[in-house]
Amino acid sequence: MSEAHAFSQAFVRGEMLPPAEAPVTERGAVKWLRENLFSSPLNALLTIVSIFVIWSVLAHILPWMVNGIWDASSLTECRAIRDERGLDSAACWAVIADRWHQLMFGFYPQDLYWRPILAFVLLGVAVAPVLYGSLSRKMLWFSLAYPFLAVWLLWGGSVWGPVSVAMGFCAGWLALRLLSTVAGTLAAVIAALLAPVLWWLFAAAPVAEYLTSVLPVGLTEVASRDFGGFMLALVIGTSAIVLSLPLGILLALGRQSNLFIINKVSVTFIEVIRGVPLIVWLFTASLLLNYFMPPGTNFDLIVRVIIMVTLFASAYIAEVVRGGLAALPKGQYEAADSLGLDYWKAMRLIILPQALKISIPGIVNTFIGLFKDTTLVVFIGLADPIGFSNLIRADTAWNGIYWELFIFIGLLFFIFCFFMSRYSLYLERKLQTDHR
Amino acid sequence: MTDASTAHEIDRAQLRVSDEVAIQIDGMSKWYGDFNVLREIDLTVYRGERIVICGPSGSGKSTLIRCINALEEHQKGKIVVDGTLLSSDLKNIDKVRSEVGMVFQHFNLFPHLTILENCTLAPIWVRKVPKKEAEEIAMHFLQKVKIPEQAHKYPGQLSGGQQQRVAIARSLCMRPRIMLFDEPTSALDPEMIKEVLDTMVQLAEEGMTMLVVTHEMGFARQVANRVIFMDEGQIVEQNEPEEFFNNPKSPRTQLFLSQILGH
Repeated sequence: MSEAHAFSQAFVRGEMLPPAEAPVTERGAVKWLRENLFSSPLNALLTIVSIFVIWSVLAHILPWMVNGIWDASSLTECRAIRDERGLDSAACWAVIADRWHQLMFGFYPQDLYWRPILAFVLLGVAVAPVLYGSLSRKMLWFSLAYPFLAVWLLWGGSVWGPVSVAMGFCAGWLALRLLSTVAGTLAAVIAALLAPVLWWLFAAAPVAEYLTSVLPVGLTEVASRDFGGFMLALVIGTSAIVLSLPLGILLALGRQSNLFIINKVSVTFIEVIRGVPLIVWLFTASLLLNYFMPPGTNFDLIVRVIIMVTLFASAYIAEVVRGGLAALPKGQYEAADSLGLDYWKAMRLIILPQALKISIPGIVNTFIGLFKDTTLVVFIGLADPIGFSNLIRADTAWNGIYWELFIFIGLLFFIFCFFMSRYSLYLERKLQTDHR
Repeated sequence: MTDASTAHEIDRAQLRVSDEVAIQIDGMSKWYGDFNVLREIDLTVYRGERIVICGPSGSGKSTLIRCINALEEHQKGKIVVDGTLLSSDLKNIDKVRSEVGMVFQHFNLFPHLTILENCTLAPIWVRKVPKKEAEEIAMHFLQKVKIPEQAHKYPGQLSGGQQQRVAIARSLCMRPRIMLFDEPTSALDPEMIKEVLDTMVQLAEEGMTMLVVTHEMGFARQVANRVIFMDEGQIVEQNEPEEFFNNPKSPRTQLFLSQILGH
């Protein structure tokens, strides 16, 4: 053994030489530069031109942004400070500091700002268990209650108003539970749709009034016309996003349905809503809907806008989901059928989870578009951030200020849209089960 | 029941495993548009029978077994499965489907669910079995098809043969009284066919009523107690396997057998 070992030593190196360093052109930053920026004379030229363009843009914008003036009460004052400091150009961020509250809350009463802020924080709590499945399922009860809580926080008034509206949903659920055991499924579904409508039409108002007289719990009322700024965009955006997804799914299923009437109603709805510009629907909401309402009913403008944006987005969602449904192999439908699952169970457990997963990029795309489209409400006189930037310019102190406001508004929208986009990537990765 | 059987069945009386009828098909026809896929099919399947259906492609053999659990609608005639008449009544259809297991050529496992969830889904949602019990049943059948260790993987992580065995286990979890197999080995690599056939042989030995559409003639010889040859939407010939393979009567059967056994 030892002899063999000794023998082998002559041939096998016991200790390796340290590896020689690669030539400087083949490692680290130099390698990266060579491969990515200077791989050929043409690429080298393009790199240099690009760097020059980027540099000349940044050379103008960066000092303008960084040297921005934060404390001034008017554009004139901003310019005076700029000249005083001897700067060529300087952003006048002071307008954002000066009008921060209005950009955020519109004309919402100053002493009540805590209410939208609380509603926004609770929105995070309500949305978290929906977005991240790892959180406790019990939190979903709060998510269900949140819409009513948010309405109460934002608009104020008696707490019993939203509560009695919520009771309508409970009535529908009760009708479904009670009747599905006694009568057939169809009867139960019809009753479940009818019960809440009857409740809202006839019982909701008196019940709310009665409860208020017994136990008056309420917040100061805030009128819809005082809503504005980024808060308004969020209220319209989140409501429409949350409402349009289920409606869009139902429409997609309706469009696939073999039932003639349901099929044709869905197709007509989707094509009509999608074929007309959103701005037309918004004008319809603000002007025409009142003609169709019984005289004397005052249907809140923001609610009308939310309904229109929801319907509009749901038509798009329906088509995106239909794409997902069509992408599933027929075998999945057949396997679900062959196991004896009825239509709704097959949809809920087998088809929709897969179809929605396929549709995630399209759905989030629609949501991002919808959220940005909320700025269109400026045309029907609602003071969303864009609307407010116009109002701010109407003030002589800030007349002529554009860039700073638009950059700020754009940045806010970007943050929300970027979050949605990242979330959709996270969700796609999480739901990926075809890994090997 | 025996009285109702017509004369042409009497010569097969000794093949019957029992007198209890599992599936009764009378004068059933089906069209795809103008194309007549199935013509006047008459078939009685007795409890415990293992029937292999073969025939050239387009002969309607898959369509026939898909009619039995109403994946395809028939336009004429009568199908009674386990005493339930298949009509447009959805309740009857769902009842039949929950009693009849089906295994597909392309497995059709649910890719978004684990193997265990694939197996427990229908018992939990259709049979209302408690989750824990459903999982025990599922593990029992996964053990039977010899892949309990894969229970928490996803279908995409399994081989074709394993997926098909899971598909069989998934059907068995519903405790079906009849199993339909629609070319269960046609999409498999050759080395995986055996593991699936073995599972099916085991099932046959336990007395399951089985209708199998397949080109695996070895399987037919081994387990079938009746082989049916179909062509152009009709049952051309049916017989016990020995007679069927050694002494086919119809020229079309002879041609078909010479083609698939010849090479």
